[in-house]
Amino acid sequence: MITAERKPMEEILECINPYNRILLVGCNECVTVCAAGGRKEVGLLSTALQMAFMKEGRTLEVKEITLERQCDPEYVEELITYIDQVEAVLSMACGCGVQEIARRYATKPVFPAVNTKFMGASERQGVWSERCRGCGDCLLGLTGGICPIARCSKRLMNGPCGGSTKGKCEISPDVDCAWNLIWERLKALGLEKKYEEIMVAKDWRPSWHGGPRRIIREDMAE
Amino acid sequence: MGNFEPVIVAFCCHYCAYTAADMAGSMRLSYPSNVKIVRVPCTGKVDTKHILQAFHKGADGVYVAGCLEGDCHFKNGNIKAARRVARVKKLLSEIGIEEERVEMITMSAGMGERFAQTATDITEKIRNLGPNPVKNIRDGQKQPA
Ligand code: SF4
Ligand code: SF4
Repeated sequence: MITAERKPMEEILECINPYNRILLVGCNECVTVCAAGGRKEVGLLSTALQMAFMKEGRTLEVKEITLERQCDPEYVEELITYIDQVEAVLSMACGCGVQEIARRYATKPVFPAVNTKFMGASERQGVWSERCRGCGDCLLGLTGGICPIARCSKRLMNGPCGGSTKGKCEISPDVDCAWNLIWERLKALGLEKKYEEIMVAKDWRPSWHGGPRRIIREDMAE
Repeated sequence: MGNFEPVIVAFCCHYCAYTAADMAGSMRLSYPSNVKIVRVPCTGKVDTKHILQAFHKGADGVYVAGCLEGDCHFKNGNIKAARRVARVKKLLSEIGIEEERVEMITMSAGMGERFAQTATDITEKIRNLGPNPVKNIRDGQKQPA
């Protein structure tokens, strides 16, 4: 999932300070799962913002709505009913959702209420960690299903580096060394030989180095 | 503010604090009428939103009263509640409201005296803090629903 975290209240309040009527839009997908911007967080933030305004002797009208997916035009279209009644939009979705609103409603200011962090997985209740950087040319098949790009601090292709200690990365004893994980996993699979293969320099063009990316499915695209 | 009477909402677990309140009653211990009890099946049922909503609607103080650690009838509802209270504290301070206005308390069903004492202490603490700054504004406009 795409993970996110609510921005500091001070920053959010500064964004919406010039307005008295806002639309607060959550998303039912990733940000709901990582407890950053689902219906519940929308309700909580809405109440907190209203209280912050009341404290200053002002009133803030908040229309709360949580879309099925904020990164899909068909759902973003649902905001059409409310958009004219508000002065600005505050979005609790990831950056994709915020941008979809900005694209669809050209004359309405939209602000992000969360910081979009990374593509990750739930480690345990309340803990999410980074797993993939969307490099566009997945090499998990070579590394025993552990990503050295997202999980090795140096993004090494042929690790580990000299800093790997007792399975931990040199940046912190709380961070697993990805290359140690890769080695242990390959060993468990009886695929130590794979580790011996030197990986050639990675072609980063399918990744973010090639400019904004796009996928076109010709059988579907109109 | 001289004779300010705070409104305090106490979310009380049915198995402990609520029973302790009853006990206080049967022991003829008096506690301030400022405390409005909301009975919940377990403090784990109290959501962050409920606590914040109480403040939004004008409560001056809120506390969540659950079972002693290790005694929750639903295993760890009280631990969850304590974490949510901590989250509300953070949220309140982020919007400039004293975090001392919300507390997590634990007690057993037999602690009638502790219930009465807690109610008295918290009422006193909130009285000293003064009215919820949000309520001030609200009262100037219209009464909370
Ligand atoms: S190799 Fe690339 S696509 Fe595969 S998990 Fe890592 S970053 Fe993601
Ligand atoms: S210790 Fe491991 S994870 Fe950390 S930088 Fe070195 S190889 Fe990468």
